[in-house]
Amino acid sequence: MNLHEYQSKELFSDAGIPILKGMVAVSPEEAREVARQLQGNQWVVKAQVHAGGRGKVGGVKLANNLDDVELIASEMLGSRLITKQTDQMGLPINLVYIECGTKIKLEYYLSQVIDRSKESWTFIVSSEGGVDIEMVAEKTPEKITKYTIDPIIGIDPDQLNLMADTMDLNVQLKEEFAGILKKIFVLAKNTDASQVEINPLIVDQNNTLIALDAKIVVEDNSLFRQSELMLLKDPSQENDIELRASKNGLSYVSLNGDIACMVNGAGLAMATMDLIKIHGGEPANFLDVGGDATTARVKAAFELILENPNVRAILVNIFGGIVRCDVIAEGIIEAVQTINVSVPIVVRLEGTNVQSGKAKLLESGLEIVSADNLSDAAEKAVKSAANYGKLS
Amino acid sequence: MSILVDRNSKIICQGITGKQGTFHADQCIQYGTKIVGGVTPGKGGKEHLGVPVFDSVKEAKEQTQADVSVIFVPAKYAAEAIVAAVDAKIELIVCITEGIPVQDMINVKSKIKNSSSKLIGPNCPGIITPGQTKIGIMPAFIHQEGRIGIISRSGTLTYEAVYQTSKNGLGQSTCIGIGGDPIKGLNFIDCLELFESDDQTQGIVLVGEIGGSDEEKTAEFISMNITKPVVAYIAGISAPAGKRMGHAGAIVTGKEGTAEGKYEAFRNAGVATVESPALIGETIQSLIA
Repeated sequence: MNLHEYQSKELFSDAGIPILKGMVAVSPEEAREVARQLQGNQWVVKAQVHAGGRGKVGGVKLANNLDDVELIASEMLGSRLITKQTDQMGLPINLVYIECGTKIKLEYYLSQVIDRSKESWTFIVSSEGGVDIEMVAEKTPEKITKYTIDPIIGIDPDQLNLMADTMDLNVQLKEEFAGILKKIFVLAKNTDASQVEINPLIVDQNNTLIALDAKIVVEDNSLFRQSELMLLKDPSQENDIELRASKNGLSYVSLNGDIACMVNGAGLAMATMDLIKIHGGEPANFLDVGGDATTARVKAAFELILENPNVRAILVNIFGGIVRCDVIAEGIIEAVQTINVSVPIVVRLEGTNVQSGKAKLLESGLEIVSADNLSDAAEKAVKSAANYGKLS
Repeated sequence: MSILVDRNSKIICQGITGKQGTFHADQCIQYGTKIVGGVTPGKGGKEHLGVPVFDSVKEAKEQTQADVSVIFVPAKYAAEAIVAAVDAKIELIVCITEGIPVQDMINVKSKIKNSSSKLIGPNCPGIITPGQTKIGIMPAFIHQEGRIGIISRSGTLTYEAVYQTSKNGLGQSTCIGIGGDPIKGLNFIDCLELFESDDQTQGIVLVGEIGGSDEEKTAEFISMNITKPVVAYIAGISAPAGKRMGHAGAIVTGKEGTAEGKYEAFRNAGVATVESPALIGETIQSLIA
């Protein structure tokens, strides 16, 4: 789960990590008012969306007077921001964060991530801040330093000093830097964060370190014990269909193609998408109905799939293990009979109770294309999608 | 032979009295698996599915001399359950549970590294040596005793590989679902080493997926250390970057973890690959014929 910059900064502030004074606003008038309260003569208006790369596409703007603050806020609020990290639709800007302007003397990069290859937490720092860190990693990897924390020992102060040395900081800043790293480690543990990122971490006109941006990603499996953070969830930043799917116990991801898939198991669901592609088609979605799919869930899955107007065929691919093929067949029949499914359906069933499942589909008299194996299923689905609408 | 488990393995089930635990432990018993006890704190002294239930893993181990534990405990308590099994010196711990916080797995993993226990999973279907013992949730009837070792990050794709190798008569020596989480127990390399020195195994199927860099490291390891034929399939060639595809670990972040990169690594290491999962069975057959 992603947090907004303003939410992350609140957590930073509570953890003692230095940030600039800032306030959030939902309307241009409020933006003007909070800027007035913040005082000063320069402000930065920042669109609050769950995506990085805002600065390059007008999501972060400087205002030199209160009129400008209001104007910029009015342009941002209600619009959608498309960045390198969003899809073509972008994300809605419902909130802006107003921050006092500051002079930037130096910019650094700092993050803590859960490093799966090291099976622990890793700090990543760079003397190149405010830019895309992946670009830095690719072009000038020597400017990036990493330190993986031993989960048993915890943070080793010597390692923090070594990291600070690579950043060319003076004695005072080195101390501040080590302090920030220690606080991030504690914050990440307490929030079950899979990522905490400050990009950039700056040295301001008073020669002190400040987190100019803030990003926290809370690891999804931990949400059951992060009830306070759950209140910070912003559904407007998430794909509506994906959100509703997860409420139904379905794992769904929207894609750009026209062949919808319904599969049991995440791996097989990906493999089904791959097969569609291999046979010349494009998948419309990833959908895992789970290992214990019921008739009701299969029906809910059909309803979700059909919300996408691009869908020209549905491929159902089930390998019955725990899931019984006859139960899936009943779900398909019920869905087709109660929802208006006009696109062709190709079904491949294998595994537990496959014969009875296939028999049920046949007896139903519904127009369902039966497939014998993986390749056959994908081939038939691609063909059905291509022919859909052509014949009538 | 087989690897890790056989007909003599003695298994306890943590979470045996729960709905999932009851259903699957019963299925395992029906397969012939030697389930010798169960653990549910607070329910010690009772009997369930014809075996004694204990309050702790330690007690269960002392009373039954079990060497394997299979865990069906909810995600909230699963990390604790694994640690309890490690502390009780259970040799092989198979954790089926999905959804354990990654942070908990960091601690579990460092504990495992400093112990004599091995962990399979979490978020996996388990391990089966066909004809001998089934420790997990895989459908028994698709398996057939035979010559192929299967290692997979995905449950249903394991079944797909199993089904194809049963259909063409090769059968399986042992099948291990290593799980779909980013931090897990045994990895591809650990399992490959075991299959390499197992007489029964004549070929190995490896089913990977997007996310992380395990497959890349594995490719290099195979070229240096594995003499038996290996076929690799990677799920997710059509998956978009930045989107989690069901499994916690199945996500392409930036340029890391793409199916293309993994395929390239295997090809460069001279490992046979299939881009269609439908071809797993026939490809491994052609290599060991």
